[in-house]
Order: sequence, then C-alpha cells, then structure tokens
Amino acid sequence: MAYPYQLGFQDATSPIMEELLHFHDHTLMIVFLISTLVLYLISLMLTTKLTHTSTMDAQEVETIWTILPAIILIMIALPSLRILYMMDEVNNPALTVKTMGHQWYWSYEYTDYEELNFDSYMTPTTDLKPGELRLLEVDNRVVLPMGMPVRMLISSEDVLHSWAVPSLGLKTDAIPGRLNQAILTSSRPGLFYGQCSEICGSNHSFMPIVIEMVPLKTFENWCSSML
Amino acid sequence: MLSVEAQKPPKGKWTTPPFDPRFPNQNQTRNCYQNFLDYHRCVKAMNRRGKSTQPCEYYFRVYHSLCPISWVQRWNQQIQDGTFAGKI
Repeated sequence: MAYPYQLGFQDATSPIMEELLHFHDHTLMIVFLISTLVLYLISLMLTTKLTHTSTMDAQEVETIWTILPAIILIMIALPSLRILYMMDEVNNPALTVKTMGHQWYWSYEYTDYEELNFDSYMTPTTDLKPGELRLLEVDNRVVLPMGMPVRMLISSEDVLHSWAVPSLGLKTDAIPGRLNQAILTSSRPGLFYGQCSEICGSNHSFMPIVIEMVPLKTFENWCSSML
Repeated sequence: MLSVEAQKPPKGKWTTPPFDPRFPNQNQTRNCYQNFLDYHRCVKAMNRRGKSTQPCEYYFRVYHSLCPISWVQRWNQQIQDGTFAGKI
C-alpha cells in the first residue's frame, strides 16, 4: 500500500510489476543522465567568455548526436516491448472472478462452482479500528489464492469506473456493457490496496479495493464460509 | 506448500474456462455472449433431436463463469418475455 512521503512505486507483488519496476528504474536513469548532461552543457555555455562566430559545419558532432539518441531509444524500446509481450502471454487461469463497479462500491462474483457474490463498501472513517487505513479499508475483501493466475473480469453496472491495484500493476477500466479481462498473479500472501481510478460521481474517492491473497486451503475455507 | 502437481485439479473436473483463442484480447464480452448463445442453441438442437443435453453443459459452465450474474438474469428474462435479441 502507499505510505507517507513515498517517492517511487509500491512494492511489486506480481512478476509483471517487478519487471515494470526495473524497467522504470532503467528508463528513469537514462532520463536523469540526459537531463544532467543538458543542464551541465547549458551551465557551461552560460559561464564562458569564449566566442566563435564563424561555424561552418560540424559533421562529426552531428553524427554523434544523431546515432547516440537512436541507440538510447533502442535501449529503451527493447525492454519495453519485451514486457508488453510478456503481459499478453497466454496463460490458463486457475480461477475466474468478476467484479462489477457500482456507484459507489464494488461487487464481486465467484461463479466457477457455486454462485458466491457480495458487495464491498468502504469502511467509514468513524468505524475504523485502530491501525486500519483511512479511506482504504472495506467491509468485505476480495480473497484470492496466491501463486496462481486468476482471471479478473471487470465491468460496470452504471457509469465508468476503473479497478486498480498498483502493487499488482493492474488498472483496468470498468465499462458498462463490456467485459474487460485482467490476469492477476501474486507471488506472496498479504493485503493489497487500490482505489477506483475513473471519475464516477461524488463518492469516486470512497470506493477502494482490497485484495487478500491467501494460501489455497485458506481460500477454499473462506469460500465455504461465505456461501 | 503443495507441489505443482498436487495443486492441479483432478483430471476431468471443471476449474475455470480455459483460454479461448477466438477471443485472445482484453475484451471478453463476446466470449461470454457467444457461450450463452451456444448453450441455448445446443439445448434447442438436442431437444429437437430428442437427445440428452449433457454435452451442452460445457457452454453452460463457461458462460456461468464468465458472464456477470446481472447480464444472465436480464437475458433469461428477455428469453422468457420473447424479447431476446440474439438468434437462438
């Protein structure tokens, strides 16, 4: 989950998010290097008494500052495309869960076997227990088994919403009449928070998402207890 | 932790709809709708021939897993009322 004074992304929970984190570090470093170089050159140019008013051509430096950016762009594009294709790999999910966005809560449906569905409302601030997170806790969490691909099908019953969980690298729009698929794999158990990411009315900021990743046996027990 | 083999479901038991190469992308609306149609068409065809509708159960399980409950309820109501837009 997010924490105060956070600068970077949240810790990655899925393998894809780990890749995205590393890619972001790699690309941001390139950006910092280029910016530093440019700032340095500007400062040099502003603090010199030397002048040269008869420049005719500069073939060598022009070649360098054409080829080098091309190489830098390729070094960014190749990992980017690798991750893009990795996200679209065919995988056979172990479970399908549907989530429907409403104004202003999420509802979850587990219909592979029995018909299990429930609503997930934000816990009002006045009802929080000590240690709970303001505007992030919900009454019924989405419990999922860890370590296996889960197919999430996201849609909406009224207006546009968006189902986002940053630590899993997920953000998928919830569009009425459309069923959007996102594949979710968590490497570890725990609680993972997200918030609605498409403006949907007055309580748009107050419909969070909490995923509880648990071992398979715990998940099966939870399913039985919820039915 | 159980081994990978032990975590796999018993052969032949239903888990969840597998990857369908007819619908490889993010938009799975058609996947849900097509299986719903296929189930009803299958049941209608089997009934017309006087055969068991047991093979149609696959389509039922797929659409039951994929389609939101509210969509299925609405479509079933439309079928009852005779206002369902799909060709069954």
